[in-house]
Amino acid sequence: MSHHELDARRLLCPLPVIRTQNRAKDLKPGDTLEITCTDPGALYDIPAWCRMFGHEVINTLQTREEVRITLRVSAPCAKP
Amino acid sequence: MPRAAESGKLHFYDPAQLFMTEPRKAVALISGGLDSMLAARLMRDQGIHVEGINFFTGFCVEGHTHAIRSSKQDKPKRNNALWSAEQVGIKLHIVDVIDEYKDVVINPKHGYGAHLNPCLDCKGFMVRKAREWMERNGFDFIVTGEVIGQRPMSQRRDTMPVVARESGAFDRLLRPLCAKLLPETLPEREGWVDRAKLLDFSGRNRKPQIALAASFGFTEFAQPAGGCCFLTDANYTVRLNDLWTNRRTKNYELDDILLLKIGRHLRPRPNFKLIVGREEGENNFLNGYRRDFTHLFAVSHTGPLALVDGIVNDADLDLAARLLARFSQGRSADKVTVEIHPHGGAARAIDVVPLHPDEIPESWYL
Repeated sequence: MSHHELDARRLLCPLPVIRTQNRAKDLKPGDTLEITCTDPGALYDIPAWCRMFGHEVINTLQTREEVRITLRVSAPCAKP
Repeated sequence: MPRAAESGKLHFYDPAQLFMTEPRKAVALISGGLDSMLAARLMRDQGIHVEGINFFTGFCVEGHTHAIRSSKQDKPKRNNALWSAEQVGIKLHIVDVIDEYKDVVINPKHGYGAHLNPCLDCKGFMVRKAREWMERNGFDFIVTGEVIGQRPMSQRRDTMPVVARESGAFDRLLRPLCAKLLPETLPEREGWVDRAKLLDFSGRNRKPQIALAASFGFTEFAQPAGGCCFLTDANYTVRLNDLWTNRRTKNYELDDILLLKIGRHLRPRPNFKLIVGREEGENNFLNGYRRDFTHLFAVSHTGPLALVDGIVNDADLDLAARLLARFSQGRSADKVTVEIHPHGGAARAIDVVPLHPDEIPESWYL
């Protein structure tokens, strides 16, 4: 199990979700991924995407400038 | 059927498994609008395993404008396709097709609609991409929320077969909302879905969809299909045409088409245009591009940030500063101090007289 980071700053919906999805498919179950975004919509979209695919959101943090979401990967995704 | 023996080893049958069959799998195109949501739900209700797919072209209306504009704070900042897939209870795969989609926008085989909307080519492209995904992931057929007669280009009785043929999906493309008005497809012939439970919606009347949504308990849904693409927007296509004309090439990058969605666009001279933020959210967004463009803003008064797109001389910058001053709180002042940051050059401040409204021809506005 390892920790990974994804910089999705300056990207607008739905690109933060797309980048998260594409990164998560290369990770192993149990790995954690911390995504940093500037689009506040990511605070809704990434957890929604996690619920669909069974990934666990283990932390969210919103500041004035950024949103940080940390998830724990469950199973691999389909090929995009 | 389970195999009794494999590689010389004896396997025992589980009697329960003899009667269990793997559900057929459909990939549903999910736009975020109501129709695709209903189509996916109809398939789920027939016991089909449905997963959604959504293609990001860069021309989507909802997410970007809501993310950028402060004035859209009242609306939920969410991706409608994700949200509607969650309402239906299916997974959604969002696929970036920005680069591949350029050819659809730039060279549409079937031409444009009222604006720069290549709807028929677009539908064919998306169904083709869905077919490729279906084949890669072992799915059986494709579902869309199309309704005969709902859209003037891509959803007509005579163009629906074109989409099925040109996408390579053929009879693996099922449109549950109007299937009874169309020839049988493979999923119907094979008995994977019950044709009797499919629908016969047609035309632009949306009452049947609204009633069906109510019967499913969908109390909230995004705007009807067709309103989610900037290429159907008259103002946006004026800006895109202007971009192509002035660059003398019919091409674009993602940043180009994002910037066309934001701010006031004015072209006072053929060699440059000005993109002026209209509110705080847009100014913040434009601020992210300041390193890539010559940009200017008023320092003596509150006002917007403006990006200069083009190659400019001092006279052009003076005009740009006077124009910018017009959109600042100093619009009625004798002079406004504007700070100019040339791309790759040193910043300087100049005092300018704001342009009077009569000095800004309507033709400058894109």
